[in-house]
Amino acid sequence: MTKHKEIGLSDQAVVDMYRIALTARRLDERMWLLNRAGKIPFLVSCQGQEVQQVAAAFALERGKDYTAPYYRDVGVVLALGMSVQDLMLQAYAKAEDPNSGGRQMPGHFGSKKLKMLSGSSPVTTQVPHAVGIGLACKMRGEDAISFVTLGEGSTNQGDFHEGANFAAVHKLPVIIMVENNQYAISISLKQQVACEKISDRAVGYGMVGETVDGNDPFAVYQAIKTASQRARNGEGPSLVEAISYRLTPHSSDDDDLTYRTAEEVREAKAKDGLLSFKKYLKENNLLSDKKEEELEAAIKKEIDLANEYAEAAPSPDPDTLYQGVYQ
Amino acid sequence: MPVLSYIEAITAAMDEEMERDDRVFILGEDVGKRGGVFRATDGLYNKYGAERVIDTPLAESAIAGVGIGAAMYGLIPIAEMQFADFILPAVNQIISEAAKLRYRSNNDWSCPITIRAPYGGGIHGALYHSQSVEAIFANQPGLKIVMPSSPREAKGLLKAAIRDPDPVLFFEHKRAYRLLKEEVPIEEEVIEIGKANQVRAGDDITVITYGLCVHFAKEAAQQLNDEHGIEVELLDLRTVYPLDQQAIVHAAKKTGKVLLITEDNKEGSIISEVSAIIGEQCLFDLDAPIKRLAGPDVPAMPYASSLEKAFIVNQDKIKQAMLELAQF
Repeated sequence: MTKHKEIGLSDQAVVDMYRIALTARRLDERMWLLNRAGKIPFLVSCQGQEVQQVAAAFALERGKDYTAPYYRDVGVVLALGMSVQDLMLQAYAKAEDPNSGGRQMPGHFGSKKLKMLSGSSPVTTQVPHAVGIGLACKMRGEDAISFVTLGEGSTNQGDFHEGANFAAVHKLPVIIMVENNQYAISISLKQQVACEKISDRAVGYGMVGETVDGNDPFAVYQAIKTASQRARNGEGPSLVEAISYRLTPHSSDDDDLTYRTAEEVREAKAKDGLLSFKKYLKENNLLSDKKEEELEAAIKKEIDLANEYAEAAPSPDPDTLYQGVYQ
Repeated sequence: MPVLSYIEAITAAMDEEMERDDRVFILGEDVGKRGGVFRATDGLYNKYGAERVIDTPLAESAIAGVGIGAAMYGLIPIAEMQFADFILPAVNQIISEAAKLRYRSNNDWSCPITIRAPYGGGIHGALYHSQSVEAIFANQPGLKIVMPSSPREAKGLLKAAIRDPDPVLFFEHKRAYRLLKEEVPIEEEVIEIGKANQVRAGDDITVITYGLCVHFAKEAAQQLNDEHGIEVELLDLRTVYPLDQQAIVHAAKKTGKVLLITEDNKEGSIISEVSAIIGEQCLFDLDAPIKRLAGPDVPAMPYASSLEKAFIVNQDKIKQAMLELAQF
């Protein structure tokens, strides 16, 4: 039996997962081009984390569960129903951007329709929010759970501690997924934490902690699925750490070669989860060379169309500056 | 009409709102079984249970942040900070999150949370149980800051805060909790946020203040009237952010002599902004320089009685300032 079937994923589901992860990668690559061409002022990249993001989102009940994604989660938001066009509108800061109507930088996701909490730039503030959602779900007897992500550097923030502790004390249906990409801008993991694994921190809160290979979609899917079952059964929150590597600089304004070597990045690229995912699909006859070509072409076309649309779309009217301060 | 203390009025407001709407709930330290260290939530745990009167871990950013999350879901949290002085760990949640949520999501998400906190000194609370912190939040569009001056005001304004679709900071003067008592109507009274209140009409000088200082100003104004025949126009700001500019300008123009009072440190305080509004809009109606009476610019109120008394704005200091202005 294949690995994906063993954990309850259909052939179609894994192909969909790959398509979305690949879309996130290609979209991110396009954003870099647009930034360097002077068309969009800023981007913050998802490269190297797409596989874990999509796998985690697939383990949720999409449409029912709440999410509080962090700024690299292009894979999560695409899997939850945000479109390539939506993200292009965000990149160009256009009025139609469903996240913020052009008010926030790219990577600041949010959509009430998709049950995706609006996020800000000070890191980790979303953890207590997700816990509040979990509290509300429990109070109202709703079966939904609350899923929140953050980087490993953010686990040093007080809001991580305060939120995790609150969720554990009140046994709330919350999953905290730390996307450990080894770097908080230039600060390496060893300079960030002294514990061996980020998931070790779960012990201090009295919740389940698990570390998985973020480049392995099935390990991530299974960890989040199990955590969601615990959450739905009233067994409280979980801390899942998915380990990967940030393949790009922190953002379009960063130069990562001032603090790490090209060789280190090259080695990480060889372990890219997207490559091993593709290999798995090919070995299991779920993706042929021809299908891959078609898939790449379809994604390119989708991005081209979204880019054309977003570039031509109207900017927010200056008269709307004062709207939405209060109801 | 029953006579309620300031704190009983606050408890009654929360009780009525929780009864009216099952989405309303309370979270904070010691708010449950203990009924709050000041007893503001007394009886509510027994009436509504541990699910709606939630004792939280000792962590202010989580009290605010978890409340904000629940508000995003559609519930109506009342978060209690045990002392206003301890709100500082939650400032990021309040300013970066609650205040900006509606704006940053282009009106998609909103945050109908009320954050209550006891402020103010005169109770031997020393530096960290006496502060007025409203100025920290009073240049953050998206927030509203309400500071009631009496039991009746406290009840009507707190009900309005809980019903408000946006985040409201509700600062209660801890010395007022048991000092102030008055008749409060049984029938429902919801006092609109954003509107100042003319407490007393007069033609000689205008006094603009808020919170417990309104009480002392009212008493001082009566003394001045009895002793000197001075008529004081007294305006209670009620909402210190955003300010009721129209009422401020009207009151300032009426007498042309303005005294502004706050218990907070003077620099960059609420009354600094009130002063700027009057300066911008009423210059040619003034007959005297704008006068400000406030706490001195030292970090906070010290513990020793002698120092506390030297720091705090009280009825005598207010009366003296009023008299000086009237005689200008």
